Amino acid sequence: MAAAGALRRHGFDGRLSIIGDEPHRPYDRPPLIKQFLAGEWDADRLALPGADAPDLDADWRLGVAATGFDAATRTVRLADGEELTSDGVVLTCGATPRSLPGTQGLAGIHTIRTLDDATALRDEVTRTTGPVVVVGAGFVGAEVAATCRTLGRDVVLVEPLAVPLARVLGLEIGAVFADLHRDHGVDLRLGTGVERVAGDGNGRVARVQLADGTAIDSATVVVGIGVRPSTDWLAGSGLTIDDGIVCDASCTAAPGVVAAGDVARWPNQVFDDDVGRIEHWDHAFAQAEHAAESLLAGDAAEPFATVPWFWSDQYDRKIQLAGRVRPDDDVVVVDGSLAERRFVALYGRAGRLVGVLGMNRPRHVVQLRPRIAERITLDEALALFA
Amino acid sequence: MKVVVDYDLCESNAICMGIEPTVFEVRDDDFLYILDEHPDESKRANIEEAVRRCPKQAISIIEE
Repeated sequence: MAAAGALRRHGFDGRLSIIGDEPHRPYDRPPLIKQFLAGEWDADRLALPGADAPDLDADWRLGVAATGFDAATRTVRLADGEELTSDGVVLTCGATPRSLPGTQGLAGIHTIRTLDDATALRDEVTRTTGPVVVVGAGFVGAEVAATCRTLGRDVVLVEPLAVPLARVLGLEIGAVFADLHRDHGVDLRLGTGVERVAGDGNGRVARVQLADGTAIDSATVVVGIGVRPSTDWLAGSGLTIDDGIVCDASCTAAPGVVAAGDVARWPNQVFDDDVGRIEHWDHAFAQAEHAAESLLAGDAAEPFATVPWFWSDQYDRKIQLAGRVRPDDDVVVVDGSLAERRFVALYGRAGRLVGVLGMNRPRHVVQLRPRIAERITLDEALALFA
Repeated sequence: MKVVVDYDLCESNAICMGIEPTVFEVRDDDFLYILDEHPDESKRANIEEAVRRCPKQAISIIEE
């Protein structure tokens, strides 16, 4: 949808088809595990206004999956047998949640990606009792845990690493989230994974056995252990697939074919040797707009160089992070303190500023975001707070 | 044009400030302030970008 809007803004007046396997018009995903799961918002409030813009003039193909693609002729094959051939294709097919091995077909096991996924979980958490087990303390798991606690449900949060969000934010900042969740009554089981999930004999989950020998009786398990790019349908397309659709710096995957969002793997020139996918809301919009521009520009397409940005809401805390950080980066708190859970932290790597994290401190994150692209050093960034 | 923010939706993500700091400012109290409700037409492209990129869809433009 963002790419379609950008194509129109840049004067493309040809036929525009938007294909999606979900039956719904484009909607906003971040509230699914927050306001929607909490019952504060209904599905109508999730609608994205851009989808209904009259100047979009799109041919919507909703509820029909794309099942095959030929990059040489730019032909998309649909599940209903139809084939669409076009001058240009924007691939924004996203990613699919990873499932827990051995849980296929078991009721009460949830992954959350779509409105239908979130509706199923909401129906369950509002009408059942007993603990909700959340597997994986990444951003999805941490937000689901927070919302379920807000609803008054007992929550057991299981994470193989030592603290929540360790894979992204590192141990020191992750520990802040461990305390945050404990203070809100979450039963944290850190440093252990799921050994086995047992059913009740009637096709429903009944017990989660952990690797540390303990077990939790639960009829509702939410699995947030990451996603994999949705590229199965592109087998044999002629595109290079390697943890996503491999693109050049301009997000171009083949002549007349561009990709954006969770599924696109491209070299981001802001960071050295950074070739990867980014799974953020803001990034999906920004990259889709750029990919649309690349499609129209053809050989004159410009690199998409960006400082990624995302936010997460848990209880009354909001964090925002700009940059590309790794768990082993140097972390310096420059404003506020971890103890009061209101702070700004800088992430440095080899002397360069690579990230800015704010917890309930939004201003500095946005102000330093362009400075990261300017490649300022960590010392230069520290001097701004001296 | 007039720039309007729905403060019931705004969560001070400050994306708008990153795009057009002469119109949008998140201050030390973490609230968003509109510095110029009637910005010059030359800023229209940036303000439209801020409308599109707001994570809460809290910004709108009213034509006058």
